[in-house]
Amino acid sequence: MYSVRQWSVTHSRKLGKFYDLFEAALFKLHPLFNVIGYERLEKPVRVVEQAIKGLLFDCQMCGQCALSSTGMSCSMNCPKSIRNGPCGGVRLDGHCEVKPEMRCVWVEAWRGSALMVDTNAIQQVQVAVDFNLKGSSSWLRVVRKRAEAKALLDEVGEVQS
Amino acid sequence: MIAYDQNHPGNPLPEKEGHVSRGRFERVLREGHFAVTAELAPPDSALATDVYDRARVFDGFVDGMNATDGSGAHCHMSSVAMCAILTNVGYSPIMQISCRDKNRIAIQGDVLGAAAMGVSSMLCLSGDGVQVGDHPEAKPVFDLDSMSLLEIIRGMRDKSTFLSGRKITSAPQVFLGAASNPTAPPIHNRPDRLAKKIAAGADFVQTQYIYDVAQFKSFMAKSRDLGLIEKCFILPGVGPLASARTANWIRTNVPGIDIPDAIIDRLSGAENQKLEGQKICIELIQQLREIEGVSGVHVMAYRQEEAVADIIQQSGVLGDRKPWYPGCEVQEQIA
Repeated sequence: MYSVRQWSVTHSRKLGKFYDLFEAALFKLHPLFNVIGYERLEKPVRVVEQAIKGLLFDCQMCGQCALSSTGMSCSMNCPKSIRNGPCGGVRLDGHCEVKPEMRCVWVEAWRGSALMVDTNAIQQVQVAVDFNLKGSSSWLRVVRKRAEAKALLDEVGEVQS
Repeated sequence: MIAYDQNHPGNPLPEKEGHVSRGRFERVLREGHFAVTAELAPPDSALATDVYDRARVFDGFVDGMNATDGSGAHCHMSSVAMCAILTNVGYSPIMQISCRDKNRIAIQGDVLGAAAMGVSSMLCLSGDGVQVGDHPEAKPVFDLDSMSLLEIIRGMRDKSTFLSGRKITSAPQVFLGAASNPTAPPIHNRPDRLAKKIAAGADFVQTQYIYDVAQFKSFMAKSRDLGLIEKCFILPGVGPLASARTANWIRTNVPGIDIPDAIIDRLSGAENQKLEGQKICIELIQQLREIEGVSGVHVMAYRQEEAVADIIQQSGVLGDRKPWYPGCEVQEQIA
């Protein structure tokens, strides 16, 4: 919902902090997720993720969430799917050139970003979207990736000691 | 088989230390000249001579011509083809690539093909939305955005790989450009976005029309503070306004272009509005040129292309320099 989406940007700092805690909690559950199996978890988690993020951000389930670096404004709501915006067509009142009734997703992103703990995260260049991930859970992917990275680090640590 | 002509004017220049391309446009900028580029409107025809006719009006006044890629989401001759026609006689086109109409597979193919045809400069754009064009019912592609496109072409050039990681046997040597709009919201973040484009691979940047010099100055001040002017050549966009009515229309109907009241008042008060528009353009070029970090200007003279030579001449920004054009060597010999 548009008004909720704007509320989320205004409260980007709190939401960002909450997400960090939430991700840490999910990461602690990784051993359990591993036992159950990520594939089996995919569907129920996706449903929950879509419901929550759909409500808060009008999330489009791209499967590679960048909200933490876009000031909690979902860039997939940009009619031009711009992942590194805003484009040059923003109207003088800050509204979208394609949908004049909507505030530019990226003007909002910069607004939200300025409020966040890491105000520089928005400067990270977002690579081209992987359309294979569309519709999948970003949460599970992040946890899985973190676990893999940690396993790799532990392995390197063991070799060195 | 046609023999490779060593003296062909479209051949790439010899490689040069510190240069990423073998094109003339990069040379002019790296040599520290004040560069002039112009927007070349693509014809709605299938005739190569139409491209030459449109290019010829800029002869001796521009260092590069931007071949637009379906600008304004309208259908025209493709930028790849226009560039190939132009390099064929030695011109130095800047091939615009829009993400609106093609996906990553098509675009990377075009980059290789264009580079093989001698295109040395490319400008990465996200592109206008389809709703402003003559086919508003078309499917907008937007597989990439200008930023990811920059990164992909830089990878093709510097790592000799496609985005997929697959090897390219001969990398495209291209001078990479991006667009910037210092006048659209969020105005104070526009230099940050420029920084991001430079991080993604932009070697030069051409901006949207600048009519508010004071505002552009603050954009440049922040860009200097961010250390951007050492990393990127910046060419602000200029263009003559045909009349106060046109200016008003643009301001109301073309998102992202800001024209101050003072300019519109000046136009409406003039006896010959078209001439006044050109005069304003000349003054803008002269003012922009004085700003630290400005490496040239990009002239977008929609439907006034024939006035560009005169505008550049009167602005005096080229000094004694005469940019290359087909046949100029012969001309010089005669003179």
